[in-house]
Amino acid sequence: MTIREKFEIPQRYKLWSYGLMAVGVISIILLFITHGAAAGHTPEAEHERARFWSSLLQNSVFFLLVVNAAMFMICATILAWAGWNISFRRVTEAIAACVPVIGVICSVILLAIVFGGDHAIYHWVSDDAVRTDHILEHKSPFLNKTFFTVWTLLTIGLWSFLGWKIRQLSLSTDTGKMSVEEGKKFQWTNTVWAAVFLFVFALTVMSTTPWLWLMSIDAHWYSTMYSWYTFASTFVSGIALIALFVIYLKNKGYLEYTNEEHLHDLGKFMFAFSVFWCYLWFSQYMLIWYSNQPEETKYFEPRVEGPYRGIFFLNIIINFIAPLLLLMRRGAKRNYTTVTIMAVLIIFGHWLDFFQMVHPATSMDHVPMLLYDLGIGLGFVGLILLVVGRTLAKHPLVPKNHPFFKESVIHHT
Amino acid sequence: MAIKKYVVGSFDDEAVLFPAVKKVRKAGYKIHDVYTPFPIHGLDKAMGLRDTSLHTAGFIYAITGTATALGFISWALTYDWPLNFGGKPFFSLPAWIPITFELTVLFSSVGMVLTFCYLCQLAPFVKKDHFNLRSTDDIFLMALECTDRTNETEAISFLQSLGAKDVKIDHREDRWWLGRYDKETKFFEIKPEGAVV
Repeated sequence: MTIREKFEIPQRYKLWSYGLMAVGVISIILLFITHGAAAGHTPEAEHERARFWSSLLQNSVFFLLVVNAAMFMICATILAWAGWNISFRRVTEAIAACVPVIGVICSVILLAIVFGGDHAIYHWVSDDAVRTDHILEHKSPFLNKTFFTVWTLLTIGLWSFLGWKIRQLSLSTDTGKMSVEEGKKFQWTNTVWAAVFLFVFALTVMSTTPWLWLMSIDAHWYSTMYSWYTFASTFVSGIALIALFVIYLKNKGYLEYTNEEHLHDLGKFMFAFSVFWCYLWFSQYMLIWYSNQPEETKYFEPRVEGPYRGIFFLNIIINFIAPLLLLMRRGAKRNYTTVTIMAVLIIFGHWLDFFQMVHPATSMDHVPMLLYDLGIGLGFVGLILLVVGRTLAKHPLVPKNHPFFKESVIHHT
Repeated sequence: MAIKKYVVGSFDDEAVLFPAVKKVRKAGYKIHDVYTPFPIHGLDKAMGLRDTSLHTAGFIYAITGTATALGFISWALTYDWPLNFGGKPFFSLPAWIPITFELTVLFSSVGMVLTFCYLCQLAPFVKKDHFNLRSTDDIFLMALECTDRTNETEAISFLQSLGAKDVKIDHREDRWWLGRYDKETKFFEIKPEGAVV
């Protein structure tokens, strides 16, 4: 079988990625002019600026966690010694290659919010607030500027470094055929690095990072389900993103060894983790609803009873009921069109989920206009398209010498 | 209770069985079933079996469970016997979701197990007949159903040419019926040709 070894970026692909990035930049500028440039230190001005920064915060954190979920997918499959995904593994790696790029943007935004002098988004950055507020004082050993900065930089640095390392290991297979012994050694090295990544991942995305970056927006409130919930949200969007790129490359005639068997497994992941997401969503919601404590229900007040009610319930319809019913059939998961539509819907749905996680804290009495945020989101999509396309074009699309490659080719569900 | 006539070929290698199944289908014989000691990936496709409807049945059982749970709880807690739990409204959906979920799972799982047993003709006191008990151990069995247009001698030699180690004509009951195994039957013995139960 002759295969097309390398991805050549089509002109239209480039045009789209630059176009979307332009949309993003224009949205940022517009949002800055209308809200971010508000001068003065009155609460109103701070509130206006918070509208600008929370939009950047939501988008950058969401897309950073989504592309990082691709690396989680790789490491989890390495640790499980799974072979089915090898035929499109390079696509997953290319998505994970966006981590350093979006990571830099995200850390700049996060540090700008923390050190910018405003405290409309993160109340705990203000010393006055911490001194007078018992709850914030109690949390200050964790929620303080130094720890936030160190941990944020360390987190993004470690993700980038370990992702780069695993990418290099994968690229090392391109040099030539491996003997059985070399293959075993290769697999062992992969297993060790993947385990290190997953350990870091457990300490960051699955616990501390969402607390610091997102949950501390509502610094008085806490939920132990929050990090898992965030992780499930981004992981299912990450899988959807992988599926979209795989389908795009299939349409262009690449990835000859990937077929609907692999798509079926990606579809199963999308289905299963949509259910998992809803399970976590409900576990968080029901306990708070049941115990009905004022300091806990405060979080859901603007979301369930307030102006965010529509988004809140739309969130469940898009992210749980739609995937549950539409991806349940075997045929749906093997159909390229259905999976494409569902993947787009899932990414949009979880983006909306992040929207309602971030914005109610800064804009309690009305839903801010979604268009700016959507525009910035599209800008990040354009950036991802650009980085993924370039990374894919640099190296062969199919790791032909990977020890598990044959297992992936004959994969059958 | 219809006894049918089958041409049964036994294979000792799945690598031989696979092309044989494809060729037998191409030649136009009617495959009754293929019996293997372990599940073989892709055999259902090679045999041209349609997808099972067990999922659809499962889905129907599941929504029956959902409807039962929601219907019963809402009837009991809002109409028949409303109780005040910690000041919550009578119609408090979040509290019912776990039970609804459990009943959905219970209905679909129990229903699917029973349906599966029915489809596979498994039940207590149901007598199952085997063409050859070694098909649960180390041989692969292909049974061709003889219709009135089947030339048996041709079918036998065709199966032999495809690599079957042993081909014989057998008569078996094709439906399920109530009964028990004969106490004298020794399962490890291969039944002689033409055995009629």
